[in-house]
Amino acid sequence: MSAVIDTHAQDHHHGPAKGITRWLYTTNHKDIGTMYLVFSFAMFLLGGTMAMVIRAELFQPGLQIVEPEFFNQMTTMHGLIMVFGAVMPAFVGLANWMLPMMIGAPDMALPRMNNWSFWLLPCAFLILVSTLFMAGGAPNFGWTFYAPLSTTYGPPSTTFFIFAVHIMGISSIMGAINVIATILNLRAPGMTMMKMPLFVWTWLITAFLLIAVMPVLAGVVTMMLMDINFGTSFFNAAGGGDPVLFQHVFWFFGHPEVYIMILPAFGAVSHIIPAFARKPLFGYASMVYAVGAIALLSFVVWAHHMFTVGVPLAGELFFMYATMLIAVPTGVKVFNWVATMFRGSMTFEAPMLFAVAFVILFTIGGFSGLMLAIAPADFQYHDTYFVVAHFHYVLVPGAIFGIFASAYFWLPKWTGHMYDESLAKTHFWLSFVGMNLAFFPMHFLGLAGMPRRIPDYALQFADFNMVSSIGAFMFGATQLLFLFIVIKCVRGGEKAPAKPWEGAEGLEWTLPSPAPYHTFSTPPEVK
Amino acid sequence: MAELPESNPQPPRSNARVIGWCLVGVVGMFAFGFALVPLYNVFCEITGINGKTGGRYEASEAMQTDLNRTVEVQFIAQNGPEMPWVFRPMVHSIKVHPGEPTQVAFYAENPTGAAMVAQAIPSLAPSEGTLYFHKTECFCFNRQALAAGEITEMPLVFIVDTALPEHITKLTLSYTLYDQGEPETVSAVTSERATTTSTNNG
Repeated sequence: MSAVIDTHAQDHHHGPAKGITRWLYTTNHKDIGTMYLVFSFAMFLLGGTMAMVIRAELFQPGLQIVEPEFFNQMTTMHGLIMVFGAVMPAFVGLANWMLPMMIGAPDMALPRMNNWSFWLLPCAFLILVSTLFMAGGAPNFGWTFYAPLSTTYGPPSTTFFIFAVHIMGISSIMGAINVIATILNLRAPGMTMMKMPLFVWTWLITAFLLIAVMPVLAGVVTMMLMDINFGTSFFNAAGGGDPVLFQHVFWFFGHPEVYIMILPAFGAVSHIIPAFARKPLFGYASMVYAVGAIALLSFVVWAHHMFTVGVPLAGELFFMYATMLIAVPTGVKVFNWVATMFRGSMTFEAPMLFAVAFVILFTIGGFSGLMLAIAPADFQYHDTYFVVAHFHYVLVPGAIFGIFASAYFWLPKWTGHMYDESLAKTHFWLSFVGMNLAFFPMHFLGLAGMPRRIPDYALQFADFNMVSSIGAFMFGATQLLFLFIVIKCVRGGEKAPAKPWEGAEGLEWTLPSPAPYHTFSTPPEVK
Repeated sequence: MAELPESNPQPPRSNARVIGWCLVGVVGMFAFGFALVPLYNVFCEITGINGKTGGRYEASEAMQTDLNRTVEVQFIAQNGPEMPWVFRPMVHSIKVHPGEPTQVAFYAENPTGAAMVAQAIPSLAPSEGTLYFHKTECFCFNRQALAAGEITEMPLVFIVDTALPEHITKLTLSYTLYDQGEPETVSAVTSERATTTSTNNG
């Protein structure tokens, strides 16, 4: 494999190839990072469009716009596309762009595999999205695809869904292997593990999580495939199987998965807050250990998603306390971010606005998670809009605000231009207001008993749903502004210096803006 | 996270080694996903938490009947998806003393014009009582074949263990009857039907 790097080093003087082949054949981490980010934003708009369909239908009680069957396909596809198509690839894109530049490496360790793992993704999502046009429609069983709803009662397109999950799983695993190899093998001389930037640390741990759980996801969909097509009975009670087993295996993947979607954001925010508070990060080592602790704990909490299936009391207590334990390392991180800001010379450019909102709103999502972790109370909240509010609070202002913050933070480095600050601030405030308007009322709806994944609802839920829909439309439309800001920034704008942010630290800022096609061909010395 | 501070990045480590270890992890976790199936079954068998009552009970020595205690056992019967049989318990509820073997029967009728095979799957509530409910004879141990229009009474002999926890005074045994296709040609029918509904298989 080192041969690959050598060959690569030889054509070092050439710039990127011309035309479409540049993108098809590229092994350049910056090109691949860009493709990941563009792809993920396209998926974000697609999944967002589906969310708009959902919110339009829920604008008023009754069935106005779509059939219930199609509504179910929308909730399912929205979840799948946002999780596997928008959030995860966005972080892989950031990793591709930033990891080599942060650790002083010339490229990712496995550049050809990098190309492959990206190009698998459009194939996977082509298959997944094509199910919308198949007889019987797209998957309609929710993104959690519980058996037997997805096996015995699923539409014929379920098999396509399974293959799409296989392919995106392979893509993620290859991406994770690449990240691990890059971080372990290509760090600049002098960069010890405990000198690595936090984004590198969080991604290393995320990559381990991916390697640990994506194969389990592949396993569970393979079992589904066999139950559907080859007459096995993994999840089929008639043949001696057990549908509850599905939930155990799924959530064994599913819970670490939620940390896969948030840990890289933790890392990015740990760069952005010190940069704009003009203070070094408070408690670097505790941040690293907290991320490690969160990752380890994420493997022993999965049944908190299943409190109502009939887990014995001892199990409920164990999973309840284990879940609450995660609040401790998460709290360490939140306090560290706050302590970093404390008495700092803070300015509020767009990346900082998103990062501060991240800390505040993610904490709200964390607290509603604690409420859900209380096993006896969970029987009330389970499968209500309270759950929807909870995970949207950790994913939208958590993962997605983390991605926006990163994008604005590093856009000058990527494009060589400053983005339009006032437009970016507008983007932030419209997103902030829209997002809270959309998701905060869902807490009340859930506590009042509105179930999730339904196209129609009782009249007493009408007002909050209307508010929620208005907020969702606002948030959705605002993202077109983000597209405009990025295009404007790529095409021109104020010239960005090598280090556009006064307080920013890290090897990436020692490079000129825009970062040259090839960087750190000779590794920098880290003291 | 296995390799924490190791501060010697000087000699470039081999990518092949990292890939190798990662692939071992990937293959191992894929296998672990499948290993969860037997692990889950063994765990549930030991703890009885999924309410699946066990196979034929072989008493090592006759259990003493505890005449001071009475436990109510309720019976529920239901049909799996698209199962046309008439299936119901002959007695809906019976009071028994722990340790005393009791026989009850379930009524089954195949109203269709074709011979059929069925399999009953048991489930006990509360699941805490699963380990204390023994069956010495049960129609659920085997598949049941009924000719067109045939009627049968299917026996169940059970013993409630004297060690049943004090706070359990009522047990509910539920059977779900699943269509297993026609006699003899079961496997052919199963694979054919599996492509459409996948509800029935062995």
